[in-house]
This record gives sequence, structure tokens and C-alpha cells, in this order.
Amino acid sequence: MGVNQQLGGNVTVTSLDKLVNWSRKSSIWPMTFGLACCAIEMMATGASHHDLDRFGIIFRASPRQADCIIIAGTVTKKMLPVIQTVYEQMPEPKWVVAMGACACSGGVFDTYSVVQGIDEALPVDVYIPGCPPRPEALLFGLMKLQDKIMKESNSFGSTFGLGDRVSTV
Amino acid sequence: MSDKNRAVEKLQGKFEASILEVKQDRGDWIVTVKKEAIIAVLAFLKKECAFSMLTDVTAVDYLGTLDDRFMMVYQLTSVAHKDRIRIKAPVSEADCRVESATQVFGSANWLEREVFDLFGITFDKHPDLRRILMTPDWVGYPLRKDYPLQGPGREPYKGRLS
Repeated sequence: MGVNQQLGGNVTVTSLDKLVNWSRKSSIWPMTFGLACCAIEMMATGASHHDLDRFGIIFRASPRQADCIIIAGTVTKKMLPVIQTVYEQMPEPKWVVAMGACACSGGVFDTYSVVQGIDEALPVDVYIPGCPPRPEALLFGLMKLQDKIMKESNSFGSTFGLGDRVSTV
Repeated sequence: MSDKNRAVEKLQGKFEASILEVKQDRGDWIVTVKKEAIIAVLAFLKKECAFSMLTDVTAVDYLGTLDDRFMMVYQLTSVAHKDRIRIKAPVSEADCRVESATQVFGSANWLEREVFDLFGITFDKHPDLRRILMTPDWVGYPLRKDYPLQGPGREPYKGRLS
């Protein structure tokens, strides 16, 4: 009865959700999209010293190939429709990281021309404070996003229409 | 720094009736003229006084300070004489329009669009007068003193404890 033959050492038992989550969190491809000084820190994080590639984070130049957008900088009201278009062009599943004080809340730019936080328009997954956040802070934020992706449930079933992906965080 | 300027003296000789004020501030010559004469003055400075470059066109809102609410400001540079001059012209709120300087200096095009966008001063005979910084559907002129800083739709900031 039961399993008579022991599984070999090269076999791992897991759930499909976990497998999907693991592959997604290990290949977060952010949209190459910078708005202000935060974008400089984002580029520094992507460069060799901090090296985002080791997390499988590779910047993509097209929203069609991206599954994460890092809002790196001040969002003006004139720029907002462009960001919304780029976000809509990204295929599901997709995540949004609000990087820096401006993207989180408008920051010091409490004026007529600036959107007071990108969460007025997009569903933000991770907020990273700082002005601008250092590369370590961005790395920590992206690792928080990885944790969040790992805690999602029904990631496999939702790919072929069995309900929605559920984020438990 | 001298108390005389070749261009200012020429201007005073030719535009006696149109000049409202001539003064020198921190080494800069400032000539205030009537807005009806602004194109003639700019053309004269360009042609007769070698002020070949219009460096900036902007405006100031003197709400509650001066009778004529707006002041047009034109910064001119003479590359040949290493000289600068500032021409100003008062514009009233009731008749909020000036003739475009694009017919004299091409660089006035976008600068006047900026003034139109942020102050709402209309430029007659401008080739392409539309907003340049704000979105095309924007309502209001943000750099006017009576425009709310945080936009029309929001509660104004009342200090740290608000």
C-alpha cells in the first residue's frame, strides 16, 4: 500500500502554486522606466556593484516583456496617462513598486502639477521610502516583493481560468 | 559700471513718448515701455543697437501691488558689444494681450507659449499659441498669484498641523 518505491534524491515534491511562484519571483523583469533622481539610484542598483541580475531581475525595454514596473520618481499629472498606458500594456501577472517619497506620496512636491502618490492610479505592491532610496533600500523592497509573490495562492490555477490569483499579504 | 548706456540713450532719443521708466539695478539697465511700443522697441534694439539675441521672455504677476497686474519682461543680449538690457512692459488684466515678438526674434516662440500657458497673457500674431508645459485641457494659469498652489480641487495646506 501507498508508495512502495522510495523517491530518488533528484525528485522534489511541491505544489504547482509554489513552483509557479518560485519561478515568477526568480525572474522579475521590471520595465525600463525612470522618471527622476530615483531612476539614477535604480540604474545604480542594476549596475555591477549591486547587480540586480543575481535575483533574476533584468530590465526589459518593452512593457510587453515586463511583469513589474518600478515607479522611480515624481509622477506629474502630465506623465500619469503615459504611465497608465505602459502599465496596461504589461501582461498579467504584474506588480508595481513605488520607489521613493514622490512615488509614494508626492513627496515635497505638494503642488498642482504633481500626482500625490502613484497609488491614486495604480495598485502598488511595495512602497520604498527615501529621497531617493539607496540601492540597498531598493534591493530590500524588491526582496519584499519576492516574499509577497511567494505567498500568493492559486497562481497555477489562475493561469487557465480557475479563479483569481490571491495575494495573502 | 557706467551711468550711461549707448542703447538706452538711443532708445530715449527715439521712443521718448513710449518710455515709462529707465533705471539701473545691480548693473543691469531696465527700460519700461508702453506695451503698444514693445515690437518697435525690440526691432530697433535688434537692428540699430546690435542686440542680436533674445535670451528670455517672461512675465511677473503684481497682483495687488501695481495697477497693471502683469509685467512682460524681455531680456536681450548683444553678443557684439557684450552688453545686456531688460525691456519691461506693463499689461493690464482687462486687456491681457501683447503683440508677439516672434516677428522680431524667432526664439520668442516657445517662451511666449510658456508665458501664455502659465500667466494667461495672449500674444497676438503668434504663429502657434497653445500650452507648452501644462496639458492641453488644463484649466487656469498656474503662475498667477491667485491660483491655488495645490490645485483647484484640493484643500489648501494650512501648516504642519493641518
